[in-house]
Amino acid sequence: MRNTFAENMTQIASLRKDVCLLSGDIGNRMFDDFKKISPERFINCGIAEANMMSIASGMALSGMRPVVYTITPFTTTRCLEQIRIGVAYHKAPVVIVGTGSGLSYSELGPTHHSLEDMAILRTIPGLNVLAPADSKELTAQLKEALIDSNPTYLRIGKKGEPNLHDEYSNLGIGKANMLKDGEDVVVIGVGPILGEALLAAKTLEVDNISVAVASLGGIKPIDQKFIGELSKRFKLWISIEEHGLIGGVSSLLSEWLVANRCNQIRLKGIGVPDEFIHRLGSQDYIRERYGMNSEGIIETIRTELTQ
Amino acid sequence: MPDKYNNLKVISNLIRKRIVETSANSKIPHLGSCLSCVDILVYLYWKELRIDPDFSEDPDRDRFILSKGHASPAWIQVLAERGFFPITKLLEFGKDGSIFHEHPPIPGYIPGIEAATGSLGHGFPMALGMAISHKVQAKNTRCYALLSDGECNEGTIWEAAMLAGSKKVSHLTAIIDFNKWQATGRSKEIMAIDPLADKWIAFGWHAQEIDGHNFDEISKSLLSAKLEKDRPSVIIAHTIKGKGVSFMEDDNNWHYRIPNADELQAALEELESYS
Repeated sequence: MRNTFAENMTQIASLRKDVCLLSGDIGNRMFDDFKKISPERFINCGIAEANMMSIASGMALSGMRPVVYTITPFTTTRCLEQIRIGVAYHKAPVVIVGTGSGLSYSELGPTHHSLEDMAILRTIPGLNVLAPADSKELTAQLKEALIDSNPTYLRIGKKGEPNLHDEYSNLGIGKANMLKDGEDVVVIGVGPILGEALLAAKTLEVDNISVAVASLGGIKPIDQKFIGELSKRFKLWISIEEHGLIGGVSSLLSEWLVANRCNQIRLKGIGVPDEFIHRLGSQDYIRERYGMNSEGIIETIRTELTQ
Repeated sequence: MPDKYNNLKVISNLIRKRIVETSANSKIPHLGSCLSCVDILVYLYWKELRIDPDFSEDPDRDRFILSKGHASPAWIQVLAERGFFPITKLLEFGKDGSIFHEHPPIPGYIPGIEAATGSLGHGFPMALGMAISHKVQAKNTRCYALLSDGECNEGTIWEAAMLAGSKKVSHLTAIIDFNKWQATGRSKEIMAIDPLADKWIAFGWHAQEIDGHNFDEISKSLLSAKLEKDRPSVIIAHTIKGKGVSFMEDDNNWHYRIPNADELQAALEELESYS
């Protein structure tokens, strides 16, 4: 995903003179092509994320379209006040990109995990909170974010994630899609972890369990119509997110169900519980431990269907 | 010999009177912090900034950011007197539902305001962002930020200073209203602010120290700042907190205190006799 991000940035910046890229001292070679196109619009702000975010606000208020890029915890919670005040309060159309989101940097420990970012940023008025599932969705959302008048947070993975959407998907800000249709249960989520849900759905077909997989694209704004349709079709919802269970997709869907008086629908959340992760390992290992991989999702679905 | 800056002194005095009156009537604090930077604001708005109150959103205007947002009650009076909006608007200062309160709102509500400040350490890096933008856009504009010495406690001030130094943002001028106090005590006792000029020089800045109540020194320092072509410039303006009202001067109680009726009368009489 991050290579797609870099390619997109180069392409957009070659067409638009107002787009600039601020990096928190990462992505050294990744942005070489961007720097060739416009060295003055690539600004390495050093390891000083709070300053970088305020600079982006000032640039946006001066007619530029800055994109801020660094590792997720540092471009989100590290500089939360700068996002809240400089970016969101000013309605400064900054695009904040967090790379290596969720457990992408699992071995690096909780300093580099981002399991609270969506929950926290969702509370900030007027800020789009997007979590593309693949490079296709990232491309569509990034382009839209750079013409949207609102600021946007884009939570992306690292590299090598497969494409989950097909050519018929309707991608963008606040646009949800069905990655695979089904009848018995729907798994609803955001981000590359939806690949695990698709794998689970495929495996369960053998047992004649029909699982739908829905990709929300982000948690703010949400595709109200799409979720409304899900509520008419499915009585069992499973949420999936590489994020804490507090404040993200699971919370969002709970709130939606209560607000829409859907008391016949059961929701089970899959995500990281309310704790820091001390015993580390690969991303796959951590996903497995918390029941977030395909086997874990299968187990949850089987359990929920028998209740 | 006629005083070259007599006109500005009259304006400063008028602004001070209005600040004290508004503080008393609308129960607005930060009086000391407002009074210390009046002369700097008046010089900037009447002599320095390339701005036009009738075209407050001219894309080629100079930008001024009040990074010490708690001095907004002073800034608002300056903007009104300079003609950005009718002074009668200020009758609603501090009232429920008004846009005129303790800190400046975001752009679009009050003409002349470039950024909503109040959380210290935000405005200055935003001004740097504007200055970097103008460089990319090849604009011939200058950006100014007014900081407080207490605000220099914030790490973002030094992050921005270090980046501006490396990027040689020479069209950015920072002015520090160095009144030697912050909310609860002497600024040099709370954090090691001294030597302040040396710190900025070490970060790649051109630094000057002036009397922040002397218009001639303010004028010369701003001119010197503009002559710097390969580094940003900081003006450390030594000021007196509560300047202009003898019983408020250098008394940090007036950081939060609101004048009572007797104090208001005494302050206005003093400012009246000054003019």
